[in-house]
Amino acid sequence: MSGRRSDRQARLRKHTALLAVVAMGMFGFAFALVPLYNIFCEITGLNGKTSGQAATSVPVAATASQSASESIEREVTVQFISHVSRGMPWEFRPTESRLRVRLGEVTETTYYARNFASRIATGQAVPSVTPGYAARYLHKVECFCFTQQHLQPGEELDMPVYFYVGEDLPSDIGTLTLSYTMYPVSTDTKQSSVPAEEPPGAPPMDHSEHSVL
Amino acid sequence: MIAHADTIPPARHPLIAWILRWILTTNHKEIGTLYLCLSFAMFIVGGAMAMVFRLELAQPGLQFVGADFYNQMVTLHGLVMVFGAVMPAFVGLANWMVPLMIGAPDMALPRLNNFSFWILPFAFFMLLSSLFMQGGAPNFGWTLYAPLSTTYGPPSTDYLIFGVHLMGISSILGAINIIVTIFNLRAPGMTLMKMPLFVWTWLITAFLLIMVMPVLAGAVTMMLTDRHFGTSFFSAAGGGDPVMFQHVFWFFGHPEVYIMILPGFGVASQIIPTFARKKLFGYHSMVYATASIAILSFVVWGHHMFTTGMPLVAELFFMYMTMLIAVPTGVKVFNWVATMWRGSMTYETPMLFALGFVVMFTIGGFSGLMLAIAPVDFQYHDTFFVVAHLHYVLYPGAIFAMMGAVYYWLPKWTGNMYNEQLGKIHFWAAVIGLNMTFFPMHFVGLAGMPRRIVDYALPYADLNLFSSVGAGILGLTQFLFLYIVVDAVRGGTGKATGQVWDGAEGLEWTLPSPAPLHSFHKPPQVD
Amino acid sequence: MRVRHPIARALDGIGALTRLPVCFFRGLLCGLILVLPHSVLAQGWDMREGVTDLSQRIQTLHHVSLFICLAVGILVFGAMFYTIFAHRRSRHPVPANFHESTRVEVIWTLIPTLILIGMAVPATLMLREIEDNSDADVTILITGSQWKWHYQYVDTGIGYYSNLATPLEQINNEEEKGEHYLLEVDNPLVIPTGLKVRFLMSSDDVIHSWWVPDFAVKQDAIPGFINEAWTLVDVPGTYRGQCTELCGMNHAYMPVVVEVIPAEEFNTWIEDQRVAMELAGEAAVAARSRDWSMEELMPMGEAVYLQHCATCHQPDGSGQGITYPPQAGSPISTGPVDVHIDRVLNGVVDTEMQSWAPQLSDLDIAAVITYERNAFGNDMGDLVQPLTIFNSR
Repeated sequence: MSGRRSDRQARLRKHTALLAVVAMGMFGFAFALVPLYNIFCEITGLNGKTSGQAATSVPVAATASQSASESIEREVTVQFISHVSRGMPWEFRPTESRLRVRLGEVTETTYYARNFASRIATGQAVPSVTPGYAARYLHKVECFCFTQQHLQPGEELDMPVYFYVGEDLPSDIGTLTLSYTMYPVSTDTKQSSVPAEEPPGAPPMDHSEHSVL
Repeated sequence: MIAHADTIPPARHPLIAWILRWILTTNHKEIGTLYLCLSFAMFIVGGAMAMVFRLELAQPGLQFVGADFYNQMVTLHGLVMVFGAVMPAFVGLANWMVPLMIGAPDMALPRLNNFSFWILPFAFFMLLSSLFMQGGAPNFGWTLYAPLSTTYGPPSTDYLIFGVHLMGISSILGAINIIVTIFNLRAPGMTLMKMPLFVWTWLITAFLLIMVMPVLAGAVTMMLTDRHFGTSFFSAAGGGDPVMFQHVFWFFGHPEVYIMILPGFGVASQIIPTFARKKLFGYHSMVYATASIAILSFVVWGHHMFTTGMPLVAELFFMYMTMLIAVPTGVKVFNWVATMWRGSMTYETPMLFALGFVVMFTIGGFSGLMLAIAPVDFQYHDTFFVVAHLHYVLYPGAIFAMMGAVYYWLPKWTGNMYNEQLGKIHFWAAVIGLNMTFFPMHFVGLAGMPRRIVDYALPYADLNLFSSVGAGILGLTQFLFLYIVVDAVRGGTGKATGQVWDGAEGLEWTLPSPAPLHSFHKPPQVD
Repeated sequence: MRVRHPIARALDGIGALTRLPVCFFRGLLCGLILVLPHSVLAQGWDMREGVTDLSQRIQTLHHVSLFICLAVGILVFGAMFYTIFAHRRSRHPVPANFHESTRVEVIWTLIPTLILIGMAVPATLMLREIEDNSDADVTILITGSQWKWHYQYVDTGIGYYSNLATPLEQINNEEEKGEHYLLEVDNPLVIPTGLKVRFLMSSDDVIHSWWVPDFAVKQDAIPGFINEAWTLVDVPGTYRGQCTELCGMNHAYMPVVVEVIPAEEFNTWIEDQRVAMELAGEAAVAARSRDWSMEELMPMGEAVYLQHCATCHQPDGSGQGITYPPQAGSPISTGPVDVHIDRVLNGVVDTEMQSWAPQLSDLDIAAVITYERNAFGNDMGDLVQPLTIFNSR
């Protein structure tokens, strides 16, 4: 009798432990969804998420002569869009709103940025492409979005993007849109964003050293 | 040997002894009762919140509450109803009935059982205390979409996150307990394919819980680290993606819907054969249908996100999978009708609730099928049509099934018959209230009224007033239900026999009514 | 002669079918419905037909699926109500004994599957059309922000904000509500007839969703990402919709209004906008070329404050909790002027406080800052000039 009972106890323990492991595994799976999602995005272009890294190889066909030698010469329109996040004292816009580009040809365009605040402002641009599944055909060779950009008070800058559109672009896409959103980079955004937490009357910490205009 | 709480020395003050007994109890029946009481309390709290926003929506313009408080009510109503009312109610029912139906003396892990219940009051204390905090309660909807809940959420969001963690732990422990009980404590001779369907549906539900509650815990943990520890899972500024939150959430969220409905399927499959006096039609296909619904529920989450800019391939995949769920669901409905066919039916209150469940859940299923069709979903998405759909699925699917179950087993639990006439009045009043509240929502949704808005354009005014009147009726019926249950506990309309219902089959009916605190110490033999 | 209400007739039908004791409640229900104004029926209770080819075909698909569901429903519920009636114990005392039939099970698995395949085919074809990425004639960038829409005509450089135009008095029930209550804006989006218009959606803060039911266009606007949708409208007119994704406190107050004008008028309209922008530029130059007095700026500032700031910070500057801090005695409104200007111009990242630089003129911003520093008991005595604002951006 007691042998059967301890048998059963062992079995209960085993099942419980097994199920607990499954539960913990699923908790881990929730976090594994993050890289899985990114891989999935890169394959399907879900949500127009594009790679934050430079294309590793410039296409061989990047010369006009070779493209011209082919009878089929396809061009698409690339539109440029910009957004500036809150808390970012920048003017930030594309210098050209659209370009016709030949597939496979590396093209340059620029975005204009100007810091109009009386403080140094650092920004990080986040790219996005639509239609989503076109994202993986738009290769950025060099882009200001790969690094943070610092602008001194009043400084202005033309920031270049070198890109090409893959020749295997599906034929139903006529226009690609490339968008950049410029976000502020700050180590203490949280502190500076909640004025109610500052003692009344005290000068806000993050602006105190700046002169009055 | 397990220490039973009823062996506490009687030397203590009777009130303290009584309190300690309920706090320390490891008895599955007492814990089941605790769960049921908590869930009814939460049902009233969540319902009161619904009354607040139905009152506000009765007329266009701002009358009673501000927009922010309205959003808090909407958020807490969803969370309290899902995690506080429906889930604990079914766990309570499982605690009471699973051991009785499989001939087990108790749950397999009684102390864990006590622990998983007593987590819950604290979880809901945390969640509801957020109402009294600076900045107010969470106000971003029960779906917690980032970045509204992360970057823009009020400080009380952290309490919500920890509350959800606690509820998750409770549900997972409860689910482990149920699975271990079903696998190990069945009476000799009760093979898996002889188990009552309620036990089957709960077994499958418990597996769903173990699979998806940790994913929700992961999602809210990421919210927490995004809010306070500098990660950016869901913020584009740091390289994350707000849409990913929706993917993770709905990976949990869609199976969650079936967690709330599958036990209801089980209840209907117990009640209908009893009152049709005929065996359940297609037992095997019922089991397989339940399992396939559960498996399919893991691959349909994208249908909540058709407007987020998915690629065509993904839209098609999720559309097909969602439409496919209609097949096993249809099989279940057909089987219930076939069970009734040429039976010999009587319509006591449990049967009325079971039939109300089948009819109205099917209406919810139809609107679900319509919502699955992605091109048309662009017009339905995030309108009141969705609100109508989800309440037609969940009110009959979970609440009606639950109330049917209470009427069905109440004589077994209390030893007394409830007041049949009042029960029938309760049913019809609930049917009227339910349909008045939710049916017009289909129309306002189609006409273009978005959900979760505090104020609306004039064309929707009349139907909203109608809904609000219905909601008032529906709210009042809950107190009638409470009265009937209390009345039955205090004697009702007479003693119940052990068999209670002449057509009922199953081990629980072999016990006397009320079921003794300790039952099946010697396992029954099932042939 | 009195025409019977269709719902009353439908209920009669259901009542006759079920013979269940609903008479009392039916009476109640009919009574409630009949007291509702008949105008209810004038408004459609159905999905809108809309004015685009797609919206009309989507409505047809909606009807097809609705009628399939109704047909299946009539069959299933018919069988069910029949058995409820015919197989009750008083009429059918001895139950039958069958409880399994593989053949029947297979039939009612296969038939629904076939129906579903039949429904999936047109849905698939239509979805492919919706996800059409061919070239468009006009591209408009739509940016959602709490709680307004920003429209930008990408190729012409014209852009403006579209705010709710319903007065606060109507919302607070102090005035009678207008015909287009909550569905009216100050500057509607204008698009031409007969041309394919591409909408690019994005957001400044949380997720919004841009919906015009009459075009069957609903697409989420997601911060940091862009989405696209398109439409082609042939019928000129004004079309109204709303934001459909919960986006915070004033989610209900974020309408979408689109005016569709004949294609030949569209270019004139674009030109008018250009001229208006130039005039605004000249006015700005004039505004900053002189000093403004406190008496001039305060009433102007109050008007701007009430229109743009008061929904969050409250008309009396008392704020709403910690999310919307008070103006009265606040460290910003009573602190250094340049910090205050920076806050209003550029907003605060990760909060509801937006950048007003692109939304308001130098004069408006100067006026509202002057107002905030001298109203609500904040007697700072500061006077902020438009030139100062101009130099700060």
